[in-house]
Amino acid sequence: MGKTTGFIELQRISEVALPIGERVRNYREFISALKDDQASKQGARCMDCGIPFCQSGCPINNIIPDWNDLVYRQQWHEALEVLHSTNNFPEFTGRICPAPCEAACTLNINDDPVGIKSIEHFIIDKGWEEGWVAPQPPKRKTGKRVAVVGSGPAGMACAQQLGRAGHEVVLFEKADRIGGLLRYGIPDFKMEKYHIDRRVEQMRAEGVEFRVNAHVGATGKNGVPAARLLEEFDALVASAGSEHPRDLDVPGRDLDGVHFAMDFLPLQNRRVAGDTDVPPLTAKGRHVIVIGGGDTGSDCVGTSNRQGASSVTQFELLPQPPEHENKPLVWPYWPMKMRTSSSHEEGCERDWAVQTKAFTGEGGKVVALVASRVEWKDGKLRDVPGSEFELKADLVLFAMGYLHPVHAGMLEELGVEYDARGNVKADTEHYRTSVPKLFAAGDTRRGQSLVVWAIREGRQCARAVDEFLMGASELPR
Amino acid sequence: MYDPANEHDACGLGFIAHIKGNPSHAIVTQGLQILKNLTHRGATGADPLQGDGAGILVQLPDAFLRRACGRQGLTLPALGQYGVGMVFLPKEPASRMACEQEIERAVAGEGQLLLGWRDVPTDNSGLSERTKDVEPVIRQVFIARGSNRIDQDALERKLYIIRKKSGHAIQALKLKHGKEFYVPSMSSRTIVYKGMLLAHQVGEYYLDLRDPTMVSALAMVHQRFSTNTFPTWDLAHPFRLVCHNGEINTLRGNVNWIRARQQAISSTVLGDDLDKIWPLIYDGQSDSASFDNCLELLLMGGYPLAHAMMLMIPEAWAGNPLMDEDRRAFYEYHAALMEPWDGPAAMAFTDGRQIGATLDRNGLRPARYIVTDDDYVIMASEVGVLDIPERKIIRKWRLQPGKMLLVDTEQGRIIDDAELKRTLATAKPYRAWIDRTRIALEDLPAPAPPQRSKVSLLDRQQAFGYTQEDLKLILAPMALNGEEAVGSMGNDAALPVLSNRPKVLYAYFKQLFAQVTNPPIDPIREELVMSLVTFIGPRPNLLAVDIAPDATDLPMRLEAGKPILTADEMEKIRHIGLFTGATFRSRELDICYPAAWGAAGMEAALASLCAHAEDAIRLGFNILIVSDRNVSSELMPIPALLATAAVHQHLVRKGLRTSTGLVVETGSAREVHHFALLAGYGAEAIYPYLALETLAQLHEIVPEVSPEESAKRFVKAICKGLYKVMSKMGISTYQSYCGAQIFEAVGLNSAFIDKYFTGTASNIQGIGLFEVSDEAYRLHQIAFGDSPVLRDALDAGGEYQYRVRGEEHMWTPDSIAKLQHAARANSHSTYQEYAKLINDQSRRLMTLRGLFELKPAGAPVPLDEVEPAAEIVKRFATGAMSLGSISTEAHTTLAIAMNRIGGKSNTGEGGEDAHRYPLMRKGETLSSRIAGVVVDVPVREGDSLRSRIKQVASARFGVTAEYLVNADQLQIKMAQGAKPGEGGQLPGHKVSEYIAKLRFSVPGVGLISPPPHHDIYSIEDLAQLIHDLKNANPQASISVKLVSEVGVGTVAAGVAKAKADHVTIAGHDGGTGASPESSIKHAGTPWELGLAETQQTLVLNRLRGRIAVQVDGQMKTGRDVVVGALLGADEFGFATAPLVAAGCIMMRKCHLNTCPVGIATQDPVLRAKFDGQPEHVVNFMFFVADEVRAIMAALGIRRFEQLIGRSDLLDTRVGIDHWKARGLDFSRIFYQPPMPPEVARFHCEEQDHRLDRALDHQLIAAAAAAIEQETPVRLEYRIRNAHRSVGAMLSGIVARRYGHAGLPEDTIHVAFDGIAGQSFGAFLARGISFELQGATNDYVGKGLSGGRIVVYPDPESPARPDENIVIGNTVMYGAIAGEAYFRGIAGERFCVRNSGASAVVEGTGDHGCEYMTGGTVVVLGRTGRNFAAGMSGGIAFVYDEDGTFKERCNTAMVSIERVQVETEQVQAEAELAAAGNGRVRHGEVSDEALLRGLIERHLRFTASTRALAMLDNWEVARGKFVRVFPNEYKRALAELFARRALMSATDRQREAV
Repeated sequence: MGKTTGFIELQRISEVALPIGERVRNYREFISALKDDQASKQGARCMDCGIPFCQSGCPINNIIPDWNDLVYRQQWHEALEVLHSTNNFPEFTGRICPAPCEAACTLNINDDPVGIKSIEHFIIDKGWEEGWVAPQPPKRKTGKRVAVVGSGPAGMACAQQLGRAGHEVVLFEKADRIGGLLRYGIPDFKMEKYHIDRRVEQMRAEGVEFRVNAHVGATGKNGVPAARLLEEFDALVASAGSEHPRDLDVPGRDLDGVHFAMDFLPLQNRRVAGDTDVPPLTAKGRHVIVIGGGDTGSDCVGTSNRQGASSVTQFELLPQPPEHENKPLVWPYWPMKMRTSSSHEEGCERDWAVQTKAFTGEGGKVVALVASRVEWKDGKLRDVPGSEFELKADLVLFAMGYLHPVHAGMLEELGVEYDARGNVKADTEHYRTSVPKLFAAGDTRRGQSLVVWAIREGRQCARAVDEFLMGASELPR
Repeated sequence: MYDPANEHDACGLGFIAHIKGNPSHAIVTQGLQILKNLTHRGATGADPLQGDGAGILVQLPDAFLRRACGRQGLTLPALGQYGVGMVFLPKEPASRMACEQEIERAVAGEGQLLLGWRDVPTDNSGLSERTKDVEPVIRQVFIARGSNRIDQDALERKLYIIRKKSGHAIQALKLKHGKEFYVPSMSSRTIVYKGMLLAHQVGEYYLDLRDPTMVSALAMVHQRFSTNTFPTWDLAHPFRLVCHNGEINTLRGNVNWIRARQQAISSTVLGDDLDKIWPLIYDGQSDSASFDNCLELLLMGGYPLAHAMMLMIPEAWAGNPLMDEDRRAFYEYHAALMEPWDGPAAMAFTDGRQIGATLDRNGLRPARYIVTDDDYVIMASEVGVLDIPERKIIRKWRLQPGKMLLVDTEQGRIIDDAELKRTLATAKPYRAWIDRTRIALEDLPAPAPPQRSKVSLLDRQQAFGYTQEDLKLILAPMALNGEEAVGSMGNDAALPVLSNRPKVLYAYFKQLFAQVTNPPIDPIREELVMSLVTFIGPRPNLLAVDIAPDATDLPMRLEAGKPILTADEMEKIRHIGLFTGATFRSRELDICYPAAWGAAGMEAALASLCAHAEDAIRLGFNILIVSDRNVSSELMPIPALLATAAVHQHLVRKGLRTSTGLVVETGSAREVHHFALLAGYGAEAIYPYLALETLAQLHEIVPEVSPEESAKRFVKAICKGLYKVMSKMGISTYQSYCGAQIFEAVGLNSAFIDKYFTGTASNIQGIGLFEVSDEAYRLHQIAFGDSPVLRDALDAGGEYQYRVRGEEHMWTPDSIAKLQHAARANSHSTYQEYAKLINDQSRRLMTLRGLFELKPAGAPVPLDEVEPAAEIVKRFATGAMSLGSISTEAHTTLAIAMNRIGGKSNTGEGGEDAHRYPLMRKGETLSSRIAGVVVDVPVREGDSLRSRIKQVASARFGVTAEYLVNADQLQIKMAQGAKPGEGGQLPGHKVSEYIAKLRFSVPGVGLISPPPHHDIYSIEDLAQLIHDLKNANPQASISVKLVSEVGVGTVAAGVAKAKADHVTIAGHDGGTGASPESSIKHAGTPWELGLAETQQTLVLNRLRGRIAVQVDGQMKTGRDVVVGALLGADEFGFATAPLVAAGCIMMRKCHLNTCPVGIATQDPVLRAKFDGQPEHVVNFMFFVADEVRAIMAALGIRRFEQLIGRSDLLDTRVGIDHWKARGLDFSRIFYQPPMPPEVARFHCEEQDHRLDRALDHQLIAAAAAAIEQETPVRLEYRIRNAHRSVGAMLSGIVARRYGHAGLPEDTIHVAFDGIAGQSFGAFLARGISFELQGATNDYVGKGLSGGRIVVYPDPESPARPDENIVIGNTVMYGAIAGEAYFRGIAGERFCVRNSGASAVVEGTGDHGCEYMTGGTVVVLGRTGRNFAAGMSGGIAFVYDEDGTFKERCNTAMVSIERVQVETEQVQAEAELAAAGNGRVRHGEVSDEALLRGLIERHLRFTASTRALAMLDNWEVARGKFVRVFPNEYKRALAELFARRALMSATDRQREAV
């Protein structure tokens, strides 16, 4: 398998990104997939380990050594089959996954890991290009009906799996388009939205019914009573994400120009999608401060730069992580280390161990941010005396993560039990909530996480639902 | 778990006979004397007064008996008209009476006359109490012929029937004391005196033997070395016809095949009496006794004695081009009659008129004989057993492989092998018979190809349990390379019975393998003894001895060259009736049944299958084809193995098995293990249709191989694999492997085993027929179900490589990460997370111990009262991993760590750098100490790099006297968990300069480790090696490493009796080395089984106290250690876990030299990535010890030794809710033998090695001046065969003081006179010269370390030195340096694995210079066969007088060239050098000069007339010499020369600058 000495002879090849100057002029994806021979060479670096740590590092347990080998031997179609056997949407993960598999790669111990993500990206793009991705409608129907609420990656994966198992699946989405955070959270320059549309088409052909503008548990025009779904369907899956954002209760919070990231990012996606009725909030000509150093923060940075911000600054409460992790004590697990995203490269001031104290405003609009430096001592956060400073700001974006799913609406209506963190309580074996027939998967159950975790939960939950409905399931976990 | 069926024995045997048949009492006395002088080949158990058995067979002493009977008023008829039964009877009077009456009844019933009984006078005063307890009453019964019409042969037959009949009748009485009844002999020609005696006790116990009128012209004696200490009186030899040194490996098959013949056998001489002999062989009889029973039947059925022996132990004829046609035809004809009784054997036999001996085809036992000028022949396992003056000896020779010695006292002459066999071979027109009857499957025309199944390939693959791994890791490598794939790092996957996944039935069986009591064979280098020829179809009548030469009704024989059939061959068999005029008629038995019946349907399907098989035979079909090709969505197959075994056993039981052939057509067989199992349970041929169809579709994985070619290579790979599986048990022919059941089951219940796999060991119960059927049913469901994962793809498997959705493994990403993080950060809490992952098997069942529960011995004790961790870690050792398999950095890291904690590291096989012996001094680094170190692993002042355990493996790489004395423990590796019973190979590219230096070999030349130690073919040989090593280093404990399998406990008991101080029981799953996948997975058993059996057997034999027991194999946590201790281990070996602590991530690519963490590689670039530190390993060991302490505290135990053997503290975990595991029963593992409290249960005594008797004490004292001041000394000694290992202790002392460099040449010169015992001059150090006038036994110059050995016969002997044997077998094995000169001929395996010594000898036996890697050997005469097999280095010069040497040389790795004249060679070298091609020269001087110089020295030291004659006429002599030059060596020499030339050129350039 692979090339025995490939890892010694061949180097990691990174995917090519368009130059910054070019890419910030639009919202298109700017990473191009590997060429055939590059992919093959990258696959050759895989050592086909006796224990493939990558497979366990990957939340959906992609069978990475197998498809690496197939790519090495240029058997693209077979590679795609293996890839699809664990991953419903490799084009999503091949673009936006932080690739814990690569952190776990054995080569990462003392070398550059195999470019697993770039190979995944390559395989699925090749698959679409060649027309190998086709609907897989079930051979026979079970007659059971399942409602899936929330069409993010968890809901989509769950719905697709259940549909293929022969159940009649209806996927409810409160927004006007399918995809959840994939659609409105992740900027187009990270992942263009036709990827979702193609999958929606595939799923529709497999028998999944989509209902957009259907807000389960809400009242009003788009509202759909949750109780009714429980009655009408044989099972109900809550996969509505974890949308309750972390807030910052400081003076000036109410000033105009202080927003949650999710009040900001979706607008741009809608503009790109061609919507015309989009509120005019943009970063153009503004001094932007992004609070929160995670992926959403990065997306705010990248979007702000594209919109023409005057300056972009990003603060993080935690101290700056080390440039390199202590590998002997961390590998194969996900390391805490300094990460610089493509959006950071496009221009951004970054500062760490900074705590926002207040916003000052003029005429109800924010003009500056007051902050101080902090240090962690004995596990506690302390201000560094005298370190207070003020920074010009006319757009402040909160990207500090999400606490738990929105309780109001469906969850409250059904009276579901929560875990200590306010997520819907369910185990990862059966995915069943305290409410009969109600299952939960993805961020709703797990709390905020990666797309790849959402896909995993969606798939596993589908199996649990299938087992619940049929007594046994042949769906893979 | 102790089972007498597992007993083994080996021994010393001998006979003395007067060729002209003159009887004398002296022969009886000398027979007894031979016994006494073989004492060291026997053993004593816990009680020194108790022997394993000894005895003597003599001719019926008519005069003596007549007188003795006369005294009690009994008159005997004339000699030849009466017979005497020697009878062991129960002590209990009523039972005794019953037995006697049955004999009397049988005598009357057979129409003979009972004359009376005589009490045999005995003196039991010298016997031990335990022996007396089981001492029988010994009486003789006198039986006269009932009619004048019967001659003596007929009387013998009647006596035979009387004995059989009465024996059966007594068995049927089922008396409590019936077991004590036994008839050592009942004959009109011979009588046997034997018992559970020590050698010297035979003559003391039986008063008869002292009587001067007790005369005989022949005496055959035997002394037994049994692996345990409860041998019984009847197990002693001689038997009625034979005594035996060796082991019949194929016993179960042989016994089954005998039973299977019952219906198909008839005899003209025995007539209806034949019906009275069954069962011919009782269950549970020893191999020797069974052999004797069969030989007796052949003899009684009319075969001449020698003929019968040739039938049972044939020479290797199939692959022997040197054998003459008639003899080959003889063997070929008889091969169809009976399968060989295969195994190492020196067999002495007599019917009272002829006496002889023969050796197995491989010559794996010693047997030497002499002929005197007054007509005596003395044959024994050793030479020198009687003090015969040299001047009386006219012939000194040995038994050669497959050869026979026969003395006919009636004809009054020795009939030599050639004449004997010529006579027998030409007695009948065997070739013509074969030509008339033989049908070769290969030669038949191919019928139309078969129809393909309509069921898709994938579905059928799934129905038979194929996984992706089967395609990628099993089939593809075979298609690519024509051999099985190699893997590494052992087996950490769940046992099949614990797995949650449906497994194929094959997975529940483990291959057995030879260790200690018999040697495995090297099927590659010694292929000449191997054969895969198989007979398909009914067997001819075994007792048809009187066929007329022109008989027309001879039975036909269908023969195939190999048992793996192709599609064409299968079709030929299917339509065999068409080709053979219906002589053969085949019938297909469909083993598929409606899947709708489910699992429950299988039992009935099997029953009807067996009935169909029987019906088919009765209808006249004589080839049955068991077939599962009809598998479909509606029909599911019975597992082919189960169906085959069921039919085979059924037919054996019905006595019909030899009436038919059995062919298996199955989709299930795909790996070597599967084929081996089908063969082992009765398949004569196997057609693996699905594997072949799959291979045809494999082009995606192996595009470079065509479908036809891949099928061919697959068959080749399977055949090679079968050779390997057979040879690891020491079996050479498929015919005897077939039905031999060389397996044990793990996880199958006894109801199932007894019914379908009768006689197979299975110790822990497990699943039964229903679960087996259920697994088959589940596979069928998977195949034809609609699972989206398996709709278009095979299951991932995950058996060989970890896969998230595959089989469970103990090493997972998490367990490795946690262990490494814990070891590196010294984090106790992280270790606990790790230990929990391993120990908690409540959800993931993987190991037997995972299902155990620990029960407290009492109230918990405070942790601080428990023995400190620093004490516990001293019981820990790391596994044997050679430098070569792992890097210098990794190897030294382990050594430093273990030395820091007072544990032991193990050097592995491969020598050790002497630079590692002194402690590290301040400021020293690893790289400053050892050349070529890439990573400076952190070391401290005072660290020791020395491996305390030094391994002595079969290849003896670097095993010098210096190496031996620098060890605290010397470990004899009998087997290793990853591939028990197999040898190994270090490919040339891994042999770096450094490794070559340590192994005394040439860089770039591959090195072979032979499967057996060539000085251990039996338990007494092991005792000898232990004695050698103990002599060389008396301070070291001697350890023997075994692998767990059924019967290992008995072997361990034998090892204890062989005086090992330490024994290691390795689990099947351990092992870090590279090995064929099927060996990793399917050979050996979990250590829980082997350890429990070992502890129980040792305690039961009262041997436990004197031997330390170590256990290893996937040891990972403190809990593992505690379970090991409770089951009986004192010490613990870890290999994988410390490697993981040092950075190993279980790549399982060790064999590829590409280890990405710098452990299992020699590539400096990769070695630079090594990141492990001694501290990490130290941390791990202490974590384990701390965990042990915590468990001890909870169990209420303070001292570690209080844990050992407390299996009563173990229990089966309650509530195991697992569909397979719930049937397991561990009561046999937890069993404690009921022994009195004073019997030791852990190691607490010392072995008595009897070193005080060593001659070396005298040598050392006398050589003090030489040792102290290097002053030369000259010494003289008488020597005899009881003086063993002479020179080893002296050499140890020299090596301790002077290292490998030793003393100046000839500083200590010892002249000996007499016959030297075994291992004369073993490990002889430089500066010591041994000169012996006389002869030696085996193992002269073993491990020669620089000394000189000279042996020449007494000049007074009339025997010509160059035509007689002077030294024994396996001389100079593993010699490293030094020189030896032998005036005379050597036995088999001369200079095997020589790596640097020079030797001159005047002729050799078979397998000379095998595996040699260096040194120079000169043979002035004829060699035996297979010379230079596996020889990769060094050079041999052979005097090829008649130009036939090439027929006897194995040229697979060497070239035979003429010896050039010196000037010619110099010129040729110059030309080569000028052309830029490296010079090729073996020595410092030219070949001619080297050769001549050695012959001159030979003349000087031995006064050889042969050498003189050659030197006198040198030009002619040189012209007749050939040089045997290994090809690889030649290439490496050229490269080496080129490299050195380049280096010196660069040096010159540098100087010029």
